[in-house]
Amino acid sequence: MNWSSFSDFLAMGGYAFFVWMSYGVTALLVAAEVIWVVKQRRQSLARALVQRKIREWSST
Amino acid sequence: MKPRQKRMAIIGGGLAALAVVAALVLNAFEDNLLFFFSPTQVYAKEAPLDRPFRIGGLVEAGSVKREADGLTVAFKVTDTAKVVPVTYKGILPDLFQEGKGVVARGRLGPDGIFRADQVLARHDENYMPPEAAYALDQAKKSQGSVVAPAGGYGK
Amino acid sequence: MAIHWFKYASPASFYGLAGRMIPWFAGAAVVTTLIGLYVGLVLAPTDFQQGDSYRIIYIHVPAAWMGMFTYLVMAGWAAAGVVFNTRLSGMMVQALAPTGAMFTFVALWTGAFWGRPTWGTYWVWDARLTSTLILFFLYIGYMALRASIDDPRRADRAGAVLTLVGVVNIPIIYFSVQWWNTLHQGASVRPGSSSMATVMLTGMLVMAVAAWMYTIAISLARVRSIIIEREQHSAWVGELLASEGHDAVAGTSRGAMGSNQQGTR
Repeated sequence: MNWSSFSDFLAMGGYAFFVWMSYGVTALLVAAEVIWVVKQRRQSLARALVQRKIREWSST
Repeated sequence: MKPRQKRMAIIGGGLAALAVVAALVLNAFEDNLLFFFSPTQVYAKEAPLDRPFRIGGLVEAGSVKREADGLTVAFKVTDTAKVVPVTYKGILPDLFQEGKGVVARGRLGPDGIFRADQVLARHDENYMPPEAAYALDQAKKSQGSVVAPAGGYGK
Repeated sequence: MAIHWFKYASPASFYGLAGRMIPWFAGAAVVTTLIGLYVGLVLAPTDFQQGDSYRIIYIHVPAAWMGMFTYLVMAGWAAAGVVFNTRLSGMMVQALAPTGAMFTFVALWTGAFWGRPTWGTYWVWDARLTSTLILFFLYIGYMALRASIDDPRRADRAGAVLTLVGVVNIPIIYFSVQWWNTLHQGASVRPGSSSMATVMLTGMLVMAVAAWMYTIAISLARVRSIIIEREQHSAWVGELLASEGHDAVAGTSRGAMGSNQQGTR
């Protein structure tokens, strides 16, 4: 264990701004990508389903 | 030749041609890709004197002197072969230290003094806890050997 | 073995295989990230010259490696697509690009916030930084090129050409610190040697594994959506939609990461 307290950890030896800007933005980007991929799956399934229904309708 | 082999030959030929082109382009731009010049290169008149350029090397131990105004600093940049004196007015980066890497941008005056408008620290690729660095330092001192700087400054 | 691999080169069977693999890689990504962050941010000591600012390395280096490696994998799939003319190849290239771009951006971003306290500047135009910026533009260029071509098969071919041309940039990035004078320091980790304390190196390598696991999981999840979109007129997608499509649309499915058995047929 390198730290004596939690606030010590947050302070990052005086480099808090630089360290947490790096870790924070990375975490945001990863979270955004995961959400985007989940949404993309819903959308692609929904779109394919609608296309199929349209084709079934027009063929009958 | 089968179509597949033909496609592979085309790709291979294309990549080879590209590699040659890239090598030529890089060779042509070699001079512009040099981010900094070493003191030896400066003495060999390889650095441009008519426009600003960057000089890189180690801050010579014991050479850092601060003026009375507290902002102006004079130090010497060395590549262990040649030495160039530098003056700079401004805030130095945290890692600026005697014996460590430095890259300064500015102009070389006719008096041989390099007047910098930007000073950047160039650290090496070693990472270790302070205790380990201290132990290493002590070991070096007891051997009395001079260790060449890591990273390679100049050519 | 060869027959086995070519079987999975068809989007229909790869869809099921990917679905079964995603939970494992996603789980491994979460576990390795937690271990890596614990080792890097809690266990690892302060650096002798950079203080705690060096802790950015646990993101910066794995992201930079992943940005470069993802591009090589894309180029591999692109070459396979041109040679074997398989549909899956183009889909994989398409699925990998956004994650490669994301990691390259993270490498540039964290590098800026590391450079400011150590070098004294957020950005310089040295060979290492400039060639990494070019890599980011190659990813953006690939995605823009795809978006501008309506026919997916033509977009595959055009994208493959761009990807293969850009691959020359990868050795340039990697060797830039040896070939030219750069502000960026040399490599701390090379095959067979390292100039880092063991705990620090361990944290960084675990984070690198985490980046791998994440990239595999997220690109497999993305390629499944791409397969559905591009194969939606085929019979197997019809069967798939009949069994799970309604659930997914209603939002009650196990989600994009969830495994499913329908894809295996």
